[in-house]
Amino acid sequence: MMVYSENLKPSFDEITESPDMLQVLSEQGDLLASVEGKINETLMLQMYEKMLLVRLFDRKSVNLQRQGRMGTYAPFEGQEASQVGSALALAPEDWMFPTYRDHAAAIVHGQELFRIFLYWMGHVEGSICPEGKRIMPPCVPIATQMVHAVGTAWASKRKGEKTASIAYFGDGATSEGDFHEALNFAGVFKTPTIFFCQNNGYAISVPFEKQSASKTIAQRAAAYDIPGVRVDGNDIFAVYIAVKDAVERGLRGEGPTLIEAITFRYGAHTTADDPKKYRDQERLSQEWREKRDPMARLQTLLQKKGIWNEKLEEQWLMQMNEQIDLHLEKAEGYPKADPVGMFEHVYAEMPWNIREQQEECRSFFQKDVRLP
Amino acid sequence: MSRKLTMIQAITEAMDQKLAQDPRVMLLGEDIGINGGVFRATEGLMEKYGADRVVDTPLAEAGIIGSAIGLAMNGMIPVVEIQFLAFIYPGFEQIVSHAARMRYRTRGQFEVPMVIRTPYGAGIRGPELHSESVESYFAHTPGLRVVAPSNPYDAKGLLIAAMEDRDPVLFLEPTRLYRAFKEEVPEEMYRVPIGKAKVVSEGEDVTIFAWGAMLREALQAAKRIEQEHGWKCEVVDLRTLYPLDRDTIISSVKKTGRAIVVHEAHRTAGLGAEIVSLINDEALVYLKAPVKRVTGFDIPVPQFSVEDAYLPTVERVQHGIMETISF
Repeated sequence: MMVYSENLKPSFDEITESPDMLQVLSEQGDLLASVEGKINETLMLQMYEKMLLVRLFDRKSVNLQRQGRMGTYAPFEGQEASQVGSALALAPEDWMFPTYRDHAAAIVHGQELFRIFLYWMGHVEGSICPEGKRIMPPCVPIATQMVHAVGTAWASKRKGEKTASIAYFGDGATSEGDFHEALNFAGVFKTPTIFFCQNNGYAISVPFEKQSASKTIAQRAAAYDIPGVRVDGNDIFAVYIAVKDAVERGLRGEGPTLIEAITFRYGAHTTADDPKKYRDQERLSQEWREKRDPMARLQTLLQKKGIWNEKLEEQWLMQMNEQIDLHLEKAEGYPKADPVGMFEHVYAEMPWNIREQQEECRSFFQKDVRLP
Repeated sequence: MSRKLTMIQAITEAMDQKLAQDPRVMLLGEDIGINGGVFRATEGLMEKYGADRVVDTPLAEAGIIGSAIGLAMNGMIPVVEIQFLAFIYPGFEQIVSHAARMRYRTRGQFEVPMVIRTPYGAGIRGPELHSESVESYFAHTPGLRVVAPSNPYDAKGLLIAAMEDRDPVLFLEPTRLYRAFKEEVPEEMYRVPIGKAKVVSEGEDVTIFAWGAMLREALQAAKRIEQEHGWKCEVVDLRTLYPLDRDTIISSVKKTGRAIVVHEAHRTAGLGAEIVSLINDEALVYLKAPVKRVTGFDIPVPQFSVEDAYLPTVERVQHGIMETISF
């Protein structure tokens, strides 16, 4: 079944002809429905603040890559509302399975900025999450993490814990078999899993209309008899409410939810990609920035409410840039990965072959190998 | 006529010429159409041959490889691109259980003439799972051919041969060499036979077996050993990893009496072990020293900040050679 809001509003017609999409905060910054009891002003400010932080982080990362201080990087600018809104709807102990584009969600859920820098710097310790957190390493293959989020949720359910699991993925992932297997398993075992799809319209170069003959991704839920929700992914209120509802449904024992958040990545697939090759990049990116930006509309609302002004923004910018720089410093000053360390953690106990190879590597690394 | 091409240009040209020559040839893959492939191997081909012959598929490797099997059985010659070798696994079942077995199961009634091209190997500062070298999984699969060129000339000739082969071919393209250097490549179509290794430089004292990106390490180590110690290495580029060119391997070992195998894949159950076995079977009495393996380590290919320590270096190859010589 589709879960529709009373406030459906046709929008983003170039992604799909189907207009059914939950929207709460319009592009102009107007509330289309009451959020009373769901989102208070403190949370609104927090949403804005987090989006600002992750956007700054994202831009910084792209620049670092260009300066050669980081490896290939996957930017998310434009998708902040989807990632921040969904992550804010989680409880701290919920399991998160992000992809390589979901660092914003990971940051909001508690991942430290310097770790994410380390990850993209190719450091072996870039995927460790803070103690007690359940933020999994960014998933690199497509859709494969979705089934894991079924398993963790299944275990939570069996253990009687009130813990949900969320899997992030993109529109391209919905073509993989694992997507369908995950939805089906979660439906059969009624696991508290949230399948959170950011449909940004493109799987690298392939537009969604070429990816699938389905008009929407949310409608796939019907095949597995689980709820499918389609939201404006640039409307952080809609995203937050949809994910919060899904978590609650899951914890009540009613099973999984598929959420399709319609959004757009302003930039390239990764810093190794050139979007001008496959789309009218300048026009599209400008249009989304000008008309549909996830931050601008919230800023407008906050300003109308009198809880945002430019002075506050400047103050935030200063603090956040400082915070980001501190983390960057920490990442760049982090001890260089010791090649010998790459042999650790392959097994709980190191087998003989790896131990010997570690020694072999150490002797080369320390240059104490003498050629016979 | 020939001109200098990079490996990626040579690969593009091979596909371009086969698309022009044989209407059965189709290319399938993710982002290979308007985007020209993530490494630009299919640049311009969709514009030239149309979107129904150079096909941007949905993002689903099992779907791509599985439907390519059907296309191949029904008269097409599909050439599949998988973006990186480590992304092939959703299609692994299709390759192992179907592409490689269809001829066998139907006692030759049906065949699957298809090519799966994919970049492989480390050394490009790639993100996780963009640098694997898991050729053994496939060389362990009866019914498949596995090919890995090390230079533009062989890449073109082997790819054309692969597209004309009646069996499924996994065509491994060393990512690090795509644009590393140019060399003379004939304009016309030619074939480099699958199953034939090549003696790249002759020597009497020790044989180095290598393929793909490791050829450069092998050649450089051979040069240094000769300069520094006067020993002459014979460097053999295997080019085809399944089936192995037994004759070339064995005759070289019979001549030199010493051998090392260099590969970036993990050591345990890597192809080096197979080559050592083959030498044991066929040339044991000619050996003056045990055959040495210089390989990637038995750990997941690590993040790129330490990938250079994972990969066999010239220094490690040199050390391996000297160990063999001074045994």
